[in-house]
Amino acid sequence: MYKYAIKRILLMIPTLIGAGLLVFMLMRMIPGDVCEIRLGGTGLMVDKEQIEICRDSLGLNQSMAKQFYDFAVGIATLEFGDSMWTGRPVTEEIAIRFQLTLQIAIMATLTAVIIALPFGVISAIKQNTWMDYCIRVFSIAGIATPSFWLGIMIILGLLIASQHLFGEPWMMPIEYTPIWEDPLANLSQTIWPAVAVGYRYAAVVVRMTRSAMLEVLREDYVRTARAKGLFEKVIINQHALKNALLPVITLVGIEFAFLIGGLVVTEQVFNLNGLGKLFVDAVLDHDFTLTQALVMMVVAVFVVVNLLVDLIYAWVDPRIHYS
Amino acid sequence: MSVAETIGDENSLADAEPLLRVEGLKMHFPVTEGLFMRRTVGHVKAVDGVSFTIAPGETLGLVGESGCGKTTVGRCILRLENPGAGKVVFAGTDIAGMKASEISKLRQDVQVIFQDPFSSLNPRQKIGSIISEPLRVHGIIKDPTKRRERVAELLRICGLNPRFADRYPHEMSGGQRQRVGIARALSVNPKFIVCDEAVSALDVSIQAQVINLLEDLREQFNFSYLFIAHDLSVVRHICHRVAVMYLGKIAELADCDELFDNPRHPYTQALLSAVPVPDPTVEEARSHQILEGEVPSPMNPPSGCVFHPRCPQAIETCRREVPELQEFSPGHMVACPVVLGK
Repeated sequence: MYKYAIKRILLMIPTLIGAGLLVFMLMRMIPGDVCEIRLGGTGLMVDKEQIEICRDSLGLNQSMAKQFYDFAVGIATLEFGDSMWTGRPVTEEIAIRFQLTLQIAIMATLTAVIIALPFGVISAIKQNTWMDYCIRVFSIAGIATPSFWLGIMIILGLLIASQHLFGEPWMMPIEYTPIWEDPLANLSQTIWPAVAVGYRYAAVVVRMTRSAMLEVLREDYVRTARAKGLFEKVIINQHALKNALLPVITLVGIEFAFLIGGLVVTEQVFNLNGLGKLFVDAVLDHDFTLTQALVMMVVAVFVVVNLLVDLIYAWVDPRIHYS
Repeated sequence: MSVAETIGDENSLADAEPLLRVEGLKMHFPVTEGLFMRRTVGHVKAVDGVSFTIAPGETLGLVGESGCGKTTVGRCILRLENPGAGKVVFAGTDIAGMKASEISKLRQDVQVIFQDPFSSLNPRQKIGSIISEPLRVHGIIKDPTKRRERVAELLRICGLNPRFADRYPHEMSGGQRQRVGIARALSVNPKFIVCDEAVSALDVSIQAQVINLLEDLREQFNFSYLFIAHDLSVVRHICHRVAVMYLGKIAELADCDELFDNPRHPYTQALLSAVPVPDPTVEEARSHQILEGEVPSPMNPPSGCVFHPRCPQAIETCRREVPELQEFSPGHMVACPVVLGK
């Protein structure tokens, strides 16, 4: 088990190098660079010399090999450098946003799992009854509804409802407060995007739980459990659900990793200063250092979550042994 | 033991107060069609009026080709299925109309050994937990230490090392798993065990071991078995009496040797003639009766005797009248107007 984990962690290295090479090449294939945008953003004629000076200062005039070498060494030593756009350290730019994104990702995951597991199980054991139909409509609607649209609806709904109830519209706070400083202010800001994202997330997990449960409920060992005279509750919780959880765990893991880097549009709607927004800005600004650091971070999150999912597998399923 | 003696023996078994009496058991599954407005377009008559009895300590074989309703009969007796009509009287109580709460009690008396030893054990449970779970949920043995002792004892009875209690099913072979299935069935001290194709998934050598184990257990604990199988030689070896099913109905029911030596129903005769004889000269010489056509759909069974379209001896009556299972000679029941001379 430990051997396996160490092997997997070592295997992260080529994955990270590959991803790093890819993002390095792609960023430099886009025409234009950060200096042109920074100096030419005003639309005025820019002095060629000034651009060259800017490039020199950012090291963009060095050879590709040298640039990649610096980047790789930086990643290896966890020195990510400064943002080409703002000039502030990349780690600082990420750190102030990471907390918000991580919190929303965790909250959305919790929302999804809390809704999805019972719904998926009920939907499977009451297959083709009105309850099942309701849950299926709920989950299909969730898959079909874009999170940002749901976000807009939530914002509008809150405005209209608060107008009616309190006589004046209530807006969620725009400034992020860490949860340990003021939980109420923090939650009143983060809970809405978490619900907007969590709904779609829950919908996907409901579908997976339902189909996995339906499959397991038809297994012979569930029939055996019935023949033992067990109570239905024990059969569902201990025999069926445990066996149905594997694909659900995979799905939750992938979705969670996805949320860390993929909340772009929803963050825009809720006006959140999270990683998704930072990502888009960094790409638009041709901010090589920041984009590269962000991509490497998302890749690392994906790889680590995948490893965790695999380790959880071995923990929940005795048939899986890693050696 | 001569044939006559065997029959005499088993007649006395059959005469005893039956442990299980099945009367006119019917199980029809609705077939539905349509995407939104589900409507029933017909019924699959999986079991259509089956009656038999099983005495304490007796083994009744239930044979017939795939899809003839053998397993459904077993499932109805286990109440894994709610019988559509008819009675299933076990030890004096009709279990066909039992409520869910009473069924849990029934499970202590009626147990089952399933066909597939690979899929019928929960892959996430250890063997010990699989076997002791019924003891725990039924509150038969409340003390965990005693439960472990009982599991070890059951494993030993079934010819397994008690150390296997800490293993998972995937760490065992098919024969070992099937023994676990048997130990599990025995754990609640049942009176009656349904063996649903209990050995069909095993290798021939393992089959023999498991069958001998089942026989030993029967002698030791005086169980009754309903032995559902399609392997006729296995049935001949272990059963006292045999019922032959065709398309949801019993065609013939007789003492084991009587049925194999003097099959009366044309279907039984065809079935037996399909069993190869392990002597090439005999096999060469004997005549084979090969049935024409396919088994009709149980959704739309033929009129009269369900076997008549494939029956070499069918007469006009067979097309019109549904034959009753009637006594041909003492203990030998046949549902065929030709044999019964009507």
